[in-house]
Amino acid sequence: MEMEYIYGLLGGLLIGSAGAIYLLVNGQIMGASGIIGGVVDGTSTGQGRTERLAFLVGLIGVPALAALIFGAPDTHLSSNIVVVVAAGLLVGIGTRLANGCTSGHGVCGISRLSLRGIVATVFYLLAGGLSVIVFRHLLGVI
Amino acid sequence: MRNLYAALAGAVFGIGLMISGMTDTTKVIGWLDIFGDWNPTLAFVLGGAIVPMAVAWQLTKRQAAPVMGGAFPPPPEPKLGRDLVVGSTLFGIGWGLAGLCPGPALASFSYGGIGGALFLLAMVAGMIATPPVRRRLLPA
Repeated sequence: MEMEYIYGLLGGLLIGSAGAIYLLVNGQIMGASGIIGGVVDGTSTGQGRTERLAFLVGLIGVPALAALIFGAPDTHLSSNIVVVVAAGLLVGIGTRLANGCTSGHGVCGISRLSLRGIVATVFYLLAGGLSVIVFRHLLGVI
Repeated sequence: MRNLYAALAGAVFGIGLMISGMTDTTKVIGWLDIFGDWNPTLAFVLGGAIVPMAVAWQLTKRQAAPVMGGAFPPPPEPKLGRDLVVGSTLFGIGWGLAGLCPGPALASFSYGGIGGALFLLAMVAGMIATPPVRRRLLPA
């Protein structure tokens, strides 16, 4: 088996463990879009807000430290500014409308067999696949 | 203490995203590109993440309350709704375009360069703009 699959599995186990800590210790669902969304749109206040900010400090700060020590991986992000901004806007609006993203609906939702989580995951996977067909294979912009 | 555990969860999440390769947009787009050079890594990541999370949900049934007090999240809402379907579709289109979703976009902030920062900025702008967009796009 290729090494990247093993790293994928290992990383996945860590992602799930992080969600388990957040649920069992803090009593919260670990959804990245909900955590950042509640902070930036002001719907999260008081202790909830502080806790989200602490989560974000760990999420951004510790990979920054790891990148400093072990070297930063390449994100291979598109250099097309229009593509990057359009994608960011769609991800921001879409995840807030759907009230969840890959971590909230995907990891935390599917693992409790939530119908909403499963349906959301089916739709963003299908839309993602279609998006790559259109923008890569038909239009050639990515 | 609550904040310390939240930061710990964030840190483990970030390292997991980094190790798994989910901050590498070629792997994510490669997973979605079923007609191109398909890359199955994401299935291993999602599969690996669901296992500890499923165990944690089982434990919430035996444990009265979270370690730090308060209450566990209520059972999932059964209602699906247009917001869920439309939102997930828009999210999927953006995810396929750039290969980034919110978690990896945040985790790679320090090494994602100007492009990564621009994506995050646009994502945050989209999040702030969502309430008026919802009123226009999906009136109650």
